[in-house]
Amino acid sequence: MESNAHIRVQNLNVYYGKDHALKDISVEIPNKKITVIIGPSGCGKSTLLKSFNRLLDPVDNIRITGKVLLDGEDIYDPKAEVTHIRRKMGLLSQKPYPLPMSIYDNIAYGPRIHEERDKRKLDRIVEHFLKTASLWDEVKDKLHSPASRLSVGQQQRLCLARGLAVGPEIILGDEPTSALDPKSSQNIEKSFLELRKNYTIVIVSHILRQAKRLADYVLFLYMGQLIEYGPAQEIFENPKEEMTKEYIQGSIS
Amino acid sequence: MHKHAIEEIIFKILMISSCLLVISVLFLILGTIVCKGLPYLNWSMITQAPKSGYYLGHEGGILNSILGSLYLTGGATILAFMMSLPVTLYLNVYAKKKSILVSMVRFSFDVLWGVPSIVYGAFGFMLMLFFGMKASLLAGIITVAFLILPIMTRSMDEVIRMVPPPLLEASYALGATRLETALKVVVRQALPGISTAVLIAFGRGIGDAASLIFTAGFTDSLPNSLFQPVATLPLTIFFQFSSPLAQVQGRAYAAALILTVIILVISIVSRFLTKQFTRNIVR
Repeated sequence: MESNAHIRVQNLNVYYGKDHALKDISVEIPNKKITVIIGPSGCGKSTLLKSFNRLLDPVDNIRITGKVLLDGEDIYDPKAEVTHIRRKMGLLSQKPYPLPMSIYDNIAYGPRIHEERDKRKLDRIVEHFLKTASLWDEVKDKLHSPASRLSVGQQQRLCLARGLAVGPEIILGDEPTSALDPKSSQNIEKSFLELRKNYTIVIVSHILRQAKRLADYVLFLYMGQLIEYGPAQEIFENPKEEMTKEYIQGSIS
Repeated sequence: MHKHAIEEIIFKILMISSCLLVISVLFLILGTIVCKGLPYLNWSMITQAPKSGYYLGHEGGILNSILGSLYLTGGATILAFMMSLPVTLYLNVYAKKKSILVSMVRFSFDVLWGVPSIVYGAFGFMLMLFFGMKASLLAGIITVAFLILPIMTRSMDEVIRMVPPPLLEASYALGATRLETALKVVVRQALPGISTAVLIAFGRGIGDAASLIFTAGFTDSLPNSLFQPVATLPLTIFFQFSSPLAQVQGRAYAAALILTVIILVISIVSRFLTKQFTRNIVR
């Protein structure tokens, strides 16, 4: 079957040493939708997410088999260029990690690395993506002060803007609201719903209510296995698998 | 009284008295240097090279060894830094965390840290003979660079290890290569620690005498060439202490005072500069 999904996973297996973390996962992530990966902690949610932009590479003793096709190209092909792959995806981690530089330089870091030197263009990029992440009004007067002085919620929006500034088509979020207060979480969720128009979004979440609020599609993992996958409504209201039903009702966690 | 409360009190007393002991020893040393050295300190001492008979109490100064020490240790620090930084970046950004090479490198630097400086002196001397060099500023620089390399590398390693891995991930995720991440993110984040490491190494280098006896030699003239012998403060202090004349011994204390002030000034200035550069660090 030919499809135009950005990310297609085929028979993906990940081993940490002897630990078989992901077992034969095959799935297609639909474009311009929010897909939420749910499952109990330790089930491989983050591992699956990180396998999409090869952030598992630096892990010692890791072994990966199978394919992850990004726009038709296998990213684990030895010839694939890893920086090029990562550029197509923005990443939000559990806790925001602003780079040790100013707010402006945080956003400009990516474009600069990718050879953008024109000062005026950079200015425009910084402004545009800070606005997209609805942070501009709060920081426009202190663009050159350290990013570390922002609140955690602001830092996470900064990280979102920073990720968008390299021009990705996909946004990955690894429990992106878990370190945030409710108001900041709401802001981030709102941004995701906005960004869905233009980006393919994949989020790991252990908060079912959040998954219900955001998800178009849901992917349920349990012990490294893909148990069920489908449109959010189906999974939440009428899951096919017994295990999914139990997880959603809260009897396994 | 409760047993736990007594334990607390005993250990508190132990800890506080240890702290006081350490501080008082430090101040005793500084006090001795200042009291005995200050009366002999004068302007000509830091502006002139020794004139004939200086070590018998005649006119002159020790500018030769002040400059000599600064040049020698400065050169050695730069040379050691050029080796330390790549090593630490390799250990922490490039190499696998649990590789045998990494633990071997760390272990060898730990061992080298403990090797007495006279052994480095002998090693430097051997290298000089091999290359047909004589005692000179260059030979001293190379020897001291070897001496301070383990100190600098291991101190730097410890701080670069503390850089949180998700920070590296954040940079990778933006499409940065390892090199870009290492130089633009890791070095920046670890800068205060890196400069402290450089400073500790500099302090160790400028205070060392034993490694220089064979390698740097000694001279009364100001340093003017990499290939000529050079005077250094620790050796000046050593020679003057060996004198039976009270005047010359006093000058040894004055020289020690100058050495201490140099280290103090360099620490303060570099701390100040680092602060300017590190406003952006993630804590």
